[in-house]
Amino acid sequence: MSILGHRVLRKEDIKFLTVGGTYVDDVDLPGAAWLAYVRSPLAHARIAGIDVTRARQAPGVVDAVTAQDVGLAPSRMDADEIPEVMARPFLATGTVRFVGEPVVAVVANSLAEAVDACELVEVDYDPLVPVVDPSMALDDDVLLFPEAGTNVVTSIGEPNVEGVGEGSLFDGCEVVVRQRILNQRVAPCPLEVRASAATFGPDGRLTFYVSSQTPFTMREDLAKMLGVDEDRVRVIAPDVGGGFGAKIEPYPDELLVAWLARRLSRPVRWTETRSESMLGIGHGRGQVQYVTIGGSRDGKVAAYYLEVVQDSGAYPQIGALLPDLTKTMLTGTYDIPKAGFFSRSVVTNTTPLTAYRGAGRPEATAAIERSMDLFAAEIGMDPADVRRANLIGADRFPFTTVIGTQYDIGDYQGALDLLLEVSGYKELREEQAGRRRSAAPSQLGLGMSVYVEITNADEGTEFSSVEIRPDGKAVVKTGTSAHGQGHATAWSMVVAEKLGLSVDDVEFVQSDTDIVKSGIGTFGSRSLQSGGVATRRAATRVLEMAKDLAADMLETAPEDVVADPAGGGLQVAGVPSARKSWAELSGAATERGAPLLAEVDYEFQGATYPFGAHLAVVEVDTETGKVVLRRMVAVDDAGRILNPLLADGQIHGGLAQGVAQALLEEFRYDEDGNPLTTNLADYTFVSAAELPSFECARMETPTPKNELGAKGIGESGTIGSTPAVHNAVVDALAHLGVRHIDMPTTPERVWRAITAAAP
Amino acid sequence: MIPARFDYRRAGSVGEAVALLSEFPGAKLLAGGHSLLPLMRLRLAVPSLLIDIGPVSGLSYVRDEGDHLSVGALTRHRDLELSEVVRREAPVLSYAAGQVGDPQVRHRGTIGGSLAHGDPASDLPAVVLALDGTLVAEGPAGPREIPATDFFCGFLETAIGPDEVLTEVRLPKARGGWSFQKFNRRAQDWATVGVVAVAGDGRGTGPFRVALVNMGLTPLRAAAVEEAAAGGAGPAEAASRAAEGTEPPSDLNATAEFRRHLASVLVRRALEEAMAGERTVA
Amino acid sequence: MKVRMTVNGVPYEDEVEPRLLLVQYIRGMLGLTGTNIGCDTSSCGSCTVLFGGESVKSCTLLAVQGEGAEITTIEGLALPDGRLHPVQRAFRENHGLQCGFCTPGMVMAAVSLLNENPHPSAREVREGLEGNLCRCTGYHNIVEAVLAAARSEDLS
Repeated sequence: MSILGHRVLRKEDIKFLTVGGTYVDDVDLPGAAWLAYVRSPLAHARIAGIDVTRARQAPGVVDAVTAQDVGLAPSRMDADEIPEVMARPFLATGTVRFVGEPVVAVVANSLAEAVDACELVEVDYDPLVPVVDPSMALDDDVLLFPEAGTNVVTSIGEPNVEGVGEGSLFDGCEVVVRQRILNQRVAPCPLEVRASAATFGPDGRLTFYVSSQTPFTMREDLAKMLGVDEDRVRVIAPDVGGGFGAKIEPYPDELLVAWLARRLSRPVRWTETRSESMLGIGHGRGQVQYVTIGGSRDGKVAAYYLEVVQDSGAYPQIGALLPDLTKTMLTGTYDIPKAGFFSRSVVTNTTPLTAYRGAGRPEATAAIERSMDLFAAEIGMDPADVRRANLIGADRFPFTTVIGTQYDIGDYQGALDLLLEVSGYKELREEQAGRRRSAAPSQLGLGMSVYVEITNADEGTEFSSVEIRPDGKAVVKTGTSAHGQGHATAWSMVVAEKLGLSVDDVEFVQSDTDIVKSGIGTFGSRSLQSGGVATRRAATRVLEMAKDLAADMLETAPEDVVADPAGGGLQVAGVPSARKSWAELSGAATERGAPLLAEVDYEFQGATYPFGAHLAVVEVDTETGKVVLRRMVAVDDAGRILNPLLADGQIHGGLAQGVAQALLEEFRYDEDGNPLTTNLADYTFVSAAELPSFECARMETPTPKNELGAKGIGESGTIGSTPAVHNAVVDALAHLGVRHIDMPTTPERVWRAITAAAP
Repeated sequence: MIPARFDYRRAGSVGEAVALLSEFPGAKLLAGGHSLLPLMRLRLAVPSLLIDIGPVSGLSYVRDEGDHLSVGALTRHRDLELSEVVRREAPVLSYAAGQVGDPQVRHRGTIGGSLAHGDPASDLPAVVLALDGTLVAEGPAGPREIPATDFFCGFLETAIGPDEVLTEVRLPKARGGWSFQKFNRRAQDWATVGVVAVAGDGRGTGPFRVALVNMGLTPLRAAAVEEAAAGGAGPAEAASRAAEGTEPPSDLNATAEFRRHLASVLVRRALEEAMAGERTVA
Repeated sequence: MKVRMTVNGVPYEDEVEPRLLLVQYIRGMLGLTGTNIGCDTSSCGSCTVLFGGESVKSCTLLAVQGEGAEITTIEGLALPDGRLHPVQRAFRENHGLQCGFCTPGMVMAAVSLLNENPHPSAREVREGLEGNLCRCTGYHNIVEAVLAAARSEDLS
């Protein structure tokens, strides 16, 4: 029986549970100096002068450098859409553009001394007018980059100049609903903040430890910054305490650690504080959306249009490109005949936006799923019925949406039906009606979403190698870079299944650019369908090589050689005595100069589209506005599941983050660009006490795109849950006349919505 | 994350602490540290000297003194939560202590530290106000008593002198009806608004005393509510006067306007619960 | 300033700066890096250790306040023969951890919770862990793990 599909416990757990992981801050680096940054306290200002004299003289201080000392060219994400003039300097150069931007780097013998010395750096700022609201940035009254002539980084599509009248997309619609929806800025908040450490060996090669999802990208950027070949750089991402997309792109303040180590000929290390991290690590979401949805009173949606203003923060990076993914998933699970999209990404004097769990797709799902509820409310139909009337049928895959996205496979109707059944939807509606009749202060709300999303969206390859060691155990080296997802267990399962080994007999290696030949990393729910498939192919090739070898050694034909049913080697079918152990095979292969090693650069066959349906049940205290999530029911389909233990874990985490966006979390600025939620006391990171246990049901519709049948599962929970919860809150108040409340649905916002709707 | 440099002294007795305070102006007392250290770590507080009164023995106790309880200043929130005497004689204090921060905070934080910090958003100052407690501060001239109603002078300001140490809190017994309504967004957060209500005569009927958390620069007594309730107004009517005389802040969690609204809802609920009579702590 | 304390049964005596936090002492001077630092406002609980058997946030104590204390960190939780504590075992069996960063603090908070309330309800577990943040698991399996540990017979 195959081990695949079974609930295999994680092999990586013991260490975390007994001595803790080894994160960058735990790496022993004798003689290392500590780096701390002086960061901008202003959102927008010209730097009139910097004086580091006193800091340099402070006890224990080794160095204090400014942009002028560094003299490095600004770095720009490698994307055509991003203008050269908006590239981000390593340290603020001439102008600061957001609170928290690094201005001076101070290095000292101890962290405490570095932090103390930062207070002695004097920076003279001439304040400039800041632009904080992305909608106001569009006016171009104040420019972040005057050389660019505009705050608009990039745009997609055309404005809907026809509106909803004759000749427009909405021509002929009986009902048209419009709404401005805020998909608020949130902070990714991995529990481990950013950290890096650099040391140069006697051979002049750099070893760089960093908390990253993409060690190979990091190597590329380091080599570029240092002006050396990539083979002079070794990047190690040790245990990484969560990433959620925010550790994909290398950050200037983490890269500069290597530059300082070279300048000082001494190891240098840096770990930011949480307060710094709230400003330094990229933020997520940050879209202002304008939806228009139209159709007929029988529930059929005829047209949909979405306009997006994407906040990109002070320096455009991945965040500026999120609308591309929003557009890709524009119409979600629905067969909508006409649709349009227009987005503009703008710079503002705020922390740069980056990928955050879902990255562009949650925004698309939130917009269409809120729109479906708005449409349902307008025509007085149950939201489930409206969805059912518009879902793409299971018999229509592969399906190309009106915007041109080709979905691989799906059964959206099945997901919705299962959701309604397992949640007891009908009874919940009855309970809701009872509460409404009683006019109790606590009202019940039901909200749903039927989502589809895109995983492994980029074209390309992923690397994996499998080798049989002399002791007969296997080692897999992969280019993906797990940081909590459980790849050590999952990849070992793939190899073990193929080679007839136990999971513990497979050694797992990742995230070290000297040991793994190449790689892309872990993000966008890509890993199993790229690195996992590459691993399976490498294991398959090793098995073939071993069979040829065994056949030769046992003087039989390769097709007669099979895995020993007892494990641990190969044998001639039906002849248990004619057997070679993996250790023997490894030895023989090495002797013959052809070790049992397969390296695979797997070129994947396009994106996959996981889907599902989520239902949230909330109780809203109509007197105080407080929302309590009572139930969260999730049906998710990520294709064939390799390890349900891990898959459920990904769903749970995603659900919590999605719920948190709907109810609690928002990164806030005042009108001068001062950040207000700069620590975990003020930023309302969700805890166990605000959540229920989740009710998960699984569907498995294997994708034809790869031999594992696997789609990504890392982000589905986040994508489906936010609009489900958001819809539920509005639904609880629908009978009071409330049609929309922006996220997060705080007590005050709920109270104000009720008050405003009161007759 | 790293506090600015400071000197540190351990005090073995209250007298020693008082002597050190007299000798070093600008020194701060450290009890459980759960109000002070978070500020110091963000360098929002930079005392030159910390006098650690943690080692002072004999300041952690709850004593039944007949008509009132005496609580030592170093009594931890967790001890108040568990104390059989407190649960019986002042259940609202036990319950409220169990709502402070999170378990880790309750294992270290002390009632004296919480009161001396004088944060209007803290739970226990309002409880002590509603219970009409008396605080004992010891200085070079010996101990003196300060009624809770005179104790909270301004934002993070109390009546404790610069060379005094808060040593004890005396609380009239309050076995009658009580309620503590804490409204917050996350369990571990400070109250957006909180309300304490206790039956004044200790037997479960009025007059009711009501105190408010986070409705001004100090914890407050809701005098208008008390007056209305004493005059026979029902919970809703009395609660409509909850915001009278308050100056609630506007911050991330709520505007002043919403706080005033919350106060009226929570006061009504508190009065309803307190008027329902005696109740043990779950 | 001299400080003496017992950590995981081992007595230590060190000269420290008064401003050194207990968590920095444990990590930096004792080399016990299992205990992590996740925030700077006493919010996240990653630094939770047992102080006299009760959970505390070691970022909100000065090392000098540990004078004479008995401290237990994640490294000291398993039995001397290497067998896992029931809470550790339950976290593994219920997949109560992903990236592992919050895990040592979460486990220590759970141990303290079960010491105080050996048979909690799911709601009591959630409220008992209100001071420990996790970004990966959504808490679902952490709650399952704590409930499972409470059911296990050998919870000492």
